[in-house]
Amino acid sequence: MDALIAQLQRQFRDYTISLYQQGFLDDQFTELKKLQDDGSPDFVAEVLTLFFEDCVKLISNMARALDKTTGTVDFSQVGASVHQLKGSSSSVGAKRVKALCVSFKEYCEAKNYEGCVRCLQQVDIEYKALKTKLQDMFNLEKQIIQAGGRVPQVDIN
Amino acid sequence: MSKDGGVSCLRRSEMIGIGIGELESPPLDSDQVHVLAVDDSLVDRIVIERLLRITSCKVTAVDSGWRALEFLGLDDKKAAVEFDRLKVDLIITDYCMPGMTGYELLKKIKESTSFKEVPVVIMSSENVITRIDRCLEEGAEDFLLKPVKLADVKRLKNYLTKDVKVAADGNKRKLTTPPPPPPPPLSSTSSMESSDSTVESLLSMVVDDDSLTLSPESIASPVDSPLRRREMKSPGLD
Repeated sequence: MDALIAQLQRQFRDYTISLYQQGFLDDQFTELKKLQDDGSPDFVAEVLTLFFEDCVKLISNMARALDKTTGTVDFSQVGASVHQLKGSSSSVGAKRVKALCVSFKEYCEAKNYEGCVRCLQQVDIEYKALKTKLQDMFNLEKQIIQAGGRVPQVDIN
Repeated sequence: MSKDGGVSCLRRSEMIGIGIGELESPPLDSDQVHVLAVDDSLVDRIVIERLLRITSCKVTAVDSGWRALEFLGLDDKKAAVEFDRLKVDLIITDYCMPGMTGYELLKKIKESTSFKEVPVVIMSSENVITRIDRCLEEGAEDFLLKPVKLADVKRLKNYLTKDVKVAADGNKRKLTTPPPPPPPPLSSTSSMESSDSTVESLLSMVVDDDSLTLSPESIASPVDSPLRRREMKSPGLD
């Protein structure tokens, strides 16, 4: 069993590090982990769940605001949702999503329709990719715990 | 309205799931710091609430400036009697909020008789000097760049407690006001009593240059921290 735990822990460590290296996560995610303890062992997972729900809602708002069939596009409305998404992605350490929101915001301010539509598509892809990655990471955590081990602290530096 | 006035805008299931705490809280322990957190973003509210709870603060989180005023009894409705005993030690608010901005909320709090002495901290994702200056001039205690980190909150807590800790190098971590150049070393500490939390009294506290910098992690971008920039301007505060 110990060998299994050690292997799972290694996998978890490597996977987590890769997420940072590939730019999916940043420093702020590490900060969130600091807020998790035995009393709130699922804090990070819960916050990220809320974040992903936020993504769905905000992206849907953006899509609606960018829908030309309903009339002229209100870029400030799109921008407002982008601003919110930028904020929450920043708060959870979703680095790529946040970076996309920065570009997206610029396109909104420039009232660049094609740019906005492109960003919308990319943001949708990106949050889903992150969601999948994190689900895999949380699954690894679960496996470690089920095998009787502890989830290791991963030093990103 | 639920027992606590319905002001905590986290859904109960979320709060319990995250272990944030009961909706109907026990009576306030008078020694415990009570923070009113205001942010329209649910994700941010949850994070700030957790950050504060981990530093042993009691937290009430609301989603708008209006709700904050309602909680404080500063709205136009007749305040309920319970508010006589309302103890709020710190208000921390987001700047960009629909309806009432954090700045507008700050002004209303500073205009009130009951809460103008309560320190108000502004949070923002944008490092805009004019914004920061405006808030500090209106009486904000501090300005935090989002995303907020544990080190930021711990620092806030430090200047709230009656016995202010002095760091090992003898400098007190005082945050907001620009130091008079050059800052002499701290000789004695004075405690941050809530009655003294006006900007004027803060000007008399002296800090070392270094203690004004935010911890490296709390700087979201390569730009200088907002407080460090503050030093470069002449004090615009009375």
